Amino acid sequence: MTAVLLQGVSKVFNAGRADEVTALTSVDLTVERGEFVTLIGPSGCGKSTLLRLVGDLTQPSAGTVTVAGKPAATARADQEYGIAFQQAGLFDWRTVQRNVELPLELRGTSKRERRDRAREMLDLVGLGDFAGHYPAQLSGGMQQRVAIARALAVHPPLLLMDEPFGALDEMTRERLQDELLRICASTGTSTIFVTHSIPEAVYLSDRVVVMSARPGRITEVVPIDLGPRTEATRQSPGFFTGITKVRRALRGEAVPAGATS
Amino acid sequence: MTTAVDPVVAADPTAPVVTSRRGRPWLAVLPPLLVGVAGLLLWEAVVKIGRVAPFVLPAPSAIGEQLWLSRDVVWRTGLASGENALIGLLAGAAVGLLAAMVAARFAFLGEVSIPVAAALNALPIIALAPILNNMFDSTSSVPRRLVVGIVVFFPVFVNALRGLREVDPIHRDLMASYAAGGWTFTRLVRLPAALPFVFTGLRQASSLAVIAAVVAEYFGGLQNGLGSRITSAAANTAYPRAWAFVVGACVLGLVFYLAALLLERLVMPWRRV
Repeated sequence: MTAVLLQGVSKVFNAGRADEVTALTSVDLTVERGEFVTLIGPSGCGKSTLLRLVGDLTQPSAGTVTVAGKPAATARADQEYGIAFQQAGLFDWRTVQRNVELPLELRGTSKRERRDRAREMLDLVGLGDFAGHYPAQLSGGMQQRVAIARALAVHPPLLLMDEPFGALDEMTRERLQDELLRICASTGTSTIFVTHSIPEAVYLSDRVVVMSARPGRITEVVPIDLGPRTEATRQSPGFFTGITKVRRALRGEAVPAGATS
Repeated sequence: MTTAVDPVVAADPTAPVVTSRRGRPWLAVLPPLLVGVAGLLLWEAVVKIGRVAPFVLPAPSAIGEQLWLSRDVVWRTGLASGENALIGLLAGAAVGLLAAMVAARFAFLGEVSIPVAAALNALPIIALAPILNNMFDSTSSVPRRLVVGIVVFFPVFVNALRGLREVDPIHRDLMASYAAGGWTFTRLVRLPAALPFVFTGLRQASSLAVIAAVVAEYFGGLQNGLGSRITSAAANTAYPRAWAFVVGACVLGLVFYLAALLLERLVMPWRRV
């Protein structure tokens, strides 16, 4: 069963005006259930736009977006996905716990279950002791972990992440990568992850989708097969081979899209 | 998985400083207090040594004496002025807040309302006091409460509108992903995010309310407030007594401001952290 299906998707901003921009052109992409797919590419290649299209936060100019077998708009209304951005975007006026509870609250989950689930998610990201704090009392890395806990709280079948670790220091970043992989594996969540970092893309993904700009399009899909990630993975030859493959694809040196996928 | 938090991560410099001034509040109070006392002593010395005529500037000791002698009247008139200021403030703030919500809801109204509100603000509203007085009974408190309400409206409206309009785009996207819109969005995001702005407006408005209430009394009507006592004392050349009422008005303004500040801290506990 496919989690996400994009068919012939294009997105044009300011269509028909002088500042018309083609953000994406004829994109086809399939994400299988439980799969971890990363979008990587230079600034302006439309990877964030692609993510927003899947989340129905913006609508395609052409083509269809199907999420969990339904049109994207229906999937959004059914809260079929959780989303996290580069900025944590926590609500200052809610405690950490109540921030994580918010999506559950909007689904009409009972108070008791909300509390239990939020606790569980906060423990998962290692912030169980900070449930009663306000976001302003936390560091940037901790806020980001709360945002991830919030995205996971509804146990979404699909997770959309737009450079969620971009603003973090390298150590926090690697720890959160491992946490994310563990969570996704244990819950069977499908993930679309946007990043600028080649090592991050290779470490996290089952497949790395390489994009290029002007107009934004998919140029290549690089499959990654590193098995279960461990401490040793980041030093393994397979990891570096993957990095080289993605780097070449970004430079446009490799075979065109279609041949590998 | 560990719940222990890396102290390096936890000690983020961008996180707010929690306890710097809370430990010793007297350290924050002491300097302005010393400056205030020194100022009063200097004032007293200048008046006494310089033989300044009391109609120019009475000595603080003379004002203090009058304040003590007329303490009952100052209290009573202070309550009357305070009541007018409070009712006008609550009404003006409520209308300002509602108007801001309506203007924020409809983009067109937002565009139109700012210049209209600015024009209303530019109106020397105090000058309207005598006209309003004529529109109502001479024993009515309504005209001065109206003056307060109109003066208060502008800062509350402008600040609240700005707060209601500025929504973090990430919050917008998040709420869209939760399929939450309309009133749910307003209740959960727009209103709480606007609260700091609303209270900035309320703080400005609280002092303005007392000023407006006192000054509105200069133009006749009921003689039960601080403003009317200031004019009548000055007309009777009882300058230290006039100043005693001015001190009363000053304290009243301070009480309003501090009350607004206290309310702000109670309503927004997350801003205290």
